[in-house]
Amino acid sequence: MSLAGESNGAGVGAAPAREKTSPESEVVIDCHIRELYYGTFKAVRDTTIPIVKKSITAFIGPSGCGKSTVLRCLNRMNDLVRGFRFEGHVKYGGQDIYLPSVDPVAVRRYIGMVFQQPNPFATSIFNNVAFGLRLNGYKGDVGERVEQALKQAGLWEEVKDKLHKSGLSLSGGQQQRLCIARAIATQPGVLLMDEPCSALDPVATRKIEELMLELKKRYTIAIVTHNLHQAQRVADRTGFLYVDTTQGGRTGYLVEFGESAQIFGDPQEKHTKEYIRGEFS
Amino acid sequence: MSTLDQQLPNSADDMNPFAEVDFFDLEKSLRRPRTLMSVLLSGLVTVMTLLALGPLFSVVWMLFWRGGRKLSIAVFTQLPPSALEAGGGFGNAIAGTLIMIVIATLITVPVGVLSAVFLAKAKPEDKLAQAVRFAAKVLTGFPSILAGVFAYGAIVLLTGGFSAIAGSVAVSILMLPTILLTAEDAIRMVPVKMVEAAIGMGATETQTAWMVLLPTALPGILTGVMLAIARGAGETAPLLFTSLFSNYWPATNGHLNLMQPTASLAVLIYNFAGMPFENQVELAWAAALVLVLLVLITNLAGQALSSRQVR
Repeated sequence: MSLAGESNGAGVGAAPAREKTSPESEVVIDCHIRELYYGTFKAVRDTTIPIVKKSITAFIGPSGCGKSTVLRCLNRMNDLVRGFRFEGHVKYGGQDIYLPSVDPVAVRRYIGMVFQQPNPFATSIFNNVAFGLRLNGYKGDVGERVEQALKQAGLWEEVKDKLHKSGLSLSGGQQQRLCIARAIATQPGVLLMDEPCSALDPVATRKIEELMLELKKRYTIAIVTHNLHQAQRVADRTGFLYVDTTQGGRTGYLVEFGESAQIFGDPQEKHTKEYIRGEFS
Repeated sequence: MSTLDQQLPNSADDMNPFAEVDFFDLEKSLRRPRTLMSVLLSGLVTVMTLLALGPLFSVVWMLFWRGGRKLSIAVFTQLPPSALEAGGGFGNAIAGTLIMIVIATLITVPVGVLSAVFLAKAKPEDKLAQAVRFAAKVLTGFPSILAGVFAYGAIVLLTGGFSAIAGSVAVSILMLPTILLTAEDAIRMVPVKMVEAAIGMGATETQTAWMVLLPTALPGILTGVMLAIARGAGETAPLLFTSLFSNYWPATNGHLNLMQPTASLAVLIYNFAGMPFENQVELAWAAALVLVLLVLITNLAGQALSSRQVR
């Protein structure tokens, strides 16, 4: 049983049911957050973001606006946070992943994640990339899939002679590409990236950005970034989130969503304009 | 100075606290109280270190000097001698100690490490976890003789005799808290981001524990196991009540019997050191050296094992 086949199948199979027929703008994840709480703290409200197949969707906004929270909703990573409560839906290929009948563990196998801090395991480079394959009891040629994932992550040339070395022996940028390789080794339907470059220097950042543009040909990517230029450089669509302090709390919400060219070139909302002009951060 | 000048605006020149440095004040001299104090304290630290090392080194030196003389192949292969007999050895005591330590380790490692996973990750705030953690902390300072009394009541009386199994249980009670608490610490030290990575990949809690938590914490867990073995191997009091002693091999005709009184190095040292016979006293020293070397080898093996883990 191939994981990739299933995940792609789910995406394609659900497509005809959706109103958008063009394969170019097929929505893989339809995320609608009405209200999201951590305990009694309302973290996010009224945010609807469609993630389109084989494109890059960026979430931008000031600190504390809930952009990472929204991203972590998409593969149910927030379930780990105590007191997390969610109203709305996240439909992956038409299937609501927040239904009680859905196993969050299975969801995360289809929707991979790359974190802010590079977090390879304290084991060899090879075992790091093979991790997901082993989780799924992959029966095929693990070595081949590891090589393929490392090549796609642009790391193969640098590590092919030291696959048995620890993943932790690599530099920060290499570690992050290793994490990307680990995430794509199972060929997930969607790749979520939570500020993947914020712990990296500009050269490593540039490499990861080039990599994202390359990966976009095969994978659907959603990325949270602090860096406006990064969103502008890589994202096809951008959502701007902002913190609403009017109701006493600090609740994040989606202000504007659209093609990146429009969001950065011709923002419609006042908050977006101010943020993009750098009037506040 | 030039960099300072560049940083400070000209008008603030006279406010520069570094402009007038009294170079005499910078000079090192014993007449100055702070220098004197520093020299005295450094000296004190050195003296105290030597004082602490004194007994340590003299014990090790005595051990090698007195135990080393008697050390030969015979002590490893022969049985303990009777009162006025010459020669002999303590092969059965080495075997008994090894057997009991192995059994005690087999009991404690699964229990200790798996409960450590529970304490560290599964339910760290749970009432049960807090109770277990408290009990383990109390048990680390548990008088070892009580572990012996417990195993006596629980195993010896129940099975009707002294045995290697009873000795192993007594020793495992002493080993458990060390393994449990060091393993919990080691598992807690595994960075949260690694656990997140595993869960983000779609690992179940069990897979996360087996594939990430335990392998990453392995060096720390091994250290705890080695510490526990080192403690368990040297314990005498709990064995007096449980495995007692035997002048014979734990196995007869190639058949290992764990339900009979069994010799151990610690009890042999205890028995022989107080005897009025030169030969027995010398054997006790040799046995002490062997016990220390056993513990040392275990420790070195543990370190070698844990450093083989990729870092």
